Amino acid sequence: MPPAGSLPGVSGFQVHFADHDILTAGDRPDVLVAMNPAALKANLRDVPKGGTVIVDTDAFNDRTLQKAGYPASPLDDGSLADYHLHGVALTSMTVGALKGVEGVTPREAERSKNFFALGLMSWLYHRPTEGTVDFIAKKFAKRPEIVEANTRAFRAGWNYGETSEDFAVSYEVAPAPLASGTYRQITGNTAISYGLIAASRLAGLPLFLGAYPITPASAVLEELASRKDFGVITVQAEDEIAAVGAAVGASFGGALGVTVSAGPGIVLKAETIGLAVALELPLVIVDVQRAGPSTGMPTKPEQADLLMVLFGRNGESPVPVLAASSPSQCFDAAIEAARLALKYRTPVYLLSDAYLANGSEPWLVPDVADLPDISTSFAEPNGDPFEPYRRDRATLARPWAIPGTAGLEHRIGGLEKADVTGAISYDPDNHDLMVRLRAQKVAGIAADIPELEVDDPDGDAELLVIGWGSTYGPIMAGVRRARKQGIPVARAHLHHLNPLPRNTGDVLRRYERVLVPEMNLGQLAMLLRAEFLVDAVSYTKVRGRPLSARELEEAITTMVATA
Amino acid sequence: MSPGDGLVQLTAKDFKSDQEVRWCPGCGDYAILAGVQSFLPELGVPRENLVFVSGIGCAARFPYYMETYGMHSIHGRAPAIATGLSTSRPDLSVWIVTGDGDALSIGGNHLIHALRRNVNLTILLFNNRIYGLTKGQYSPTSELGKVTKSAPLGSVDQPFNPLSVAIGAEATFVARAIDTDKQGSAEILRAAAAHRGAAFVEILQNCNIYNDGAFDVVRDQKENRLYLRAGEEIRWGDKGVRMRPDGTLEIVDASVGGLLRHDPLRDDPGLAFALARLTFESAGAVPLGVFRSVTRPVYEDMVHEQVRTSIEEKGEGDLQALIRGADTWTIG
Ligand SMILES: Cc1ncc(C[n+]2csc(CCOP(=O)(O)OP(=O)(O)O)c2C)c(N)n1
Ligand code: SF4
Ligand SMILES: [Mg+2]
Repeated sequence: MPPAGSLPGVSGFQVHFADHDILTAGDRPDVLVAMNPAALKANLRDVPKGGTVIVDTDAFNDRTLQKAGYPASPLDDGSLADYHLHGVALTSMTVGALKGVEGVTPREAERSKNFFALGLMSWLYHRPTEGTVDFIAKKFAKRPEIVEANTRAFRAGWNYGETSEDFAVSYEVAPAPLASGTYRQITGNTAISYGLIAASRLAGLPLFLGAYPITPASAVLEELASRKDFGVITVQAEDEIAAVGAAVGASFGGALGVTVSAGPGIVLKAETIGLAVALELPLVIVDVQRAGPSTGMPTKPEQADLLMVLFGRNGESPVPVLAASSPSQCFDAAIEAARLALKYRTPVYLLSDAYLANGSEPWLVPDVADLPDISTSFAEPNGDPFEPYRRDRATLARPWAIPGTAGLEHRIGGLEKADVTGAISYDPDNHDLMVRLRAQKVAGIAADIPELEVDDPDGDAELLVIGWGSTYGPIMAGVRRARKQGIPVARAHLHHLNPLPRNTGDVLRRYERVLVPEMNLGQLAMLLRAEFLVDAVSYTKVRGRPLSARELEEAITTMVATA
Repeated sequence: MSPGDGLVQLTAKDFKSDQEVRWCPGCGDYAILAGVQSFLPELGVPRENLVFVSGIGCAARFPYYMETYGMHSIHGRAPAIATGLSTSRPDLSVWIVTGDGDALSIGGNHLIHALRRNVNLTILLFNNRIYGLTKGQYSPTSELGKVTKSAPLGSVDQPFNPLSVAIGAEATFVARAIDTDKQGSAEILRAAAAHRGAAFVEILQNCNIYNDGAFDVVRDQKENRLYLRAGEEIRWGDKGVRMRPDGTLEIVDASVGGLLRHDPLRDDPGLAFALARLTFESAGAVPLGVFRSVTRPVYEDMVHEQVRTSIEEKGEGDLQALIRGADTWTIG
């Protein structure tokens, strides 16, 4: 038998959780737990880029590294940069957790680290713990002290996940059975980056990103900076104000101008986004939300920027707002944000969050030929004097006349403009008209987006659970659990927050009760109540963690019980 | 700066927009506007390839009066916006018009970063040492002790010297002009427009309403102008500038000889910096002209060079291959 710690001596096992039938044997693990360098070396190639690698740091020393043939520690040399690497002192934490368990040899205590790791995995994937605890009790029934040790180690691993800052995200397994096709693993930040590149291709416009590094949004800047072969231009600006300013400048010049940041940076951009509202130029602003206020908890997800992006500007300053619902959906959401920005000549917000940004999931890779055409056109001279604010009748968008076009020389700015001509105007009626036109233009987008879909399998639900953003997975799972209990419950998820889908009011009024789970203090609920006069009830948690399926199941059952 | 096609001979009038000019009568901004409009035909860049970007302030109204492309943006942010525009459209000739408050107070950060990046921009800073548009508060160039409505007992803020800021920010082209000095200004505009990279021009501008006479010692009293001319001795009237053994500058009788010869191409910014700090109070004259004009790689060139070489090395990006990635599996 080859010695432990050498490459041929590596053993391991693969656990696959899914709440649908496992359709392939070829599924690649999302997480590798490597108990020593040799195990890392032997198995790393099976983990897709973007996957999670957890290593027992206690087992990484000069000797074991050398045995596995590593010239330098892969934990320090950047060779694992493509993975989410977590160094965890598995052995010593396990041994620590088992102090006081009588009748267990030190060697046996050390071996319990497998259960510590399983506990951590169970936490990471929201797996129920009872089954494992039962299994341990049965499997080691002959040795109660081993049952005790393994159960303790398992619980300690779970608790470590729950309390460690290291694990910012934990994933809810995607609920639907996977359709056939080619899959890859993708994180939200990568999907947004690819979506923006795709949008630039689909629009036939160069992509320009202005950004200033900030957690958890920096990965988009980094990804796009490495895609210059797609003609992408990235400017790492001196601050977030400059970042969005540069994007507006690029848009004026005919590029797809984009900026990406998180809450503290988004606040700084507000004035420039107001300028873009007045200029009526395309602009995409990605807000990868994190827990606030202020610096808050930079790596932790929250959904508390919704009202800020909707209303956080001076004056009547309407901006369309979209929210991505899962890591892979970020791709479509980015294309949709660009489509609306280009078609309606407006800044558009795309909301993501730290959960989506770093969380990954399998993605059915789309065929590029199936992606939407979002091309647009620049204004051309027609011999008449150019009128920069003459609007398209259908969309109310103004012409996009880019420098370099002879005959269309014009000046735009933040001062109020006269309808049609775009000349500076302080005329009271003109201002009233312009304020209403800008609002109408954005409201009109409702006709150009899909209706809100309701998932109400038997059509007999009285309760509707409605959410937005990254709560998609947890809400779906919570609803499924409630249904398993025999509770009829309907579910809907908003991808467009401004304007809301045109049937939103109808959907809400169809149900007796409406539950709105959010990772904030009830921002969407406030909007729905204000907009539709429905008695929407909030379920809120702002723990810097995704909501869990179990707590949502509970919220649903409680609400039904108190009906 | 892209060369013009030279096909149509434009005149100053062609650069006047239909907007009524709304500065106070007597404001120095009029002379600057007229100067730029009469210089541009000579530049030979077609009107559609010219873009004037400004922030907020009296000075920042400038783009509205130019029959070119233009954007009157928000306070202080013109350098950021212009950086995005010029980087994505290096074929354009992008100009910034800004005030002392706009450029050095709220927009100070953007100004210094545009300069150190050496973005291909021509930046005209109208320095009237006051906040004109907001009716006369002291600005970051107002002198210590300046009494204004917002500083009734006198400003306690040490002022910026705009040229020192620019040179400190690694600017490759730094010049100073006077609003009413038609000939001097034209020469400087010519040099600034010809410079590839960020060209920074401070224009001493009289705000006759809120800070009248701020530059009288050099605007009206022409004998106090010290024109810096490449290759020539640095002198005015019967005075000249010499360097002491310790490297500092001294004003001497020109007849004693040993005067410095001006060389804006000097890579080392030390001398330009020292010259920029000569004031009427310290030297008895105000230096004007091009202090510094050196060559350094231009931001846009480097950005587009990276795009070019990436495409050369990897081939034009394949979207399907990108989103598919290297690690896939198939179901069904
Ligand atoms: C964010 C913001 N803050 C303040 C103002 C008010 N404001 C407009 S112009 C200005 C100062 C202008 O001074 P300067 O840049 O020197 O231009 P000048 O009017 O003297 O030409 C101020 C404070 C504003 N428009 N925007
Ligand atoms: S306030 Fe001063 S700077 Fe502004 S227009 Fe009047 S004179 Fe010119
Ligand atoms: Mg001023």
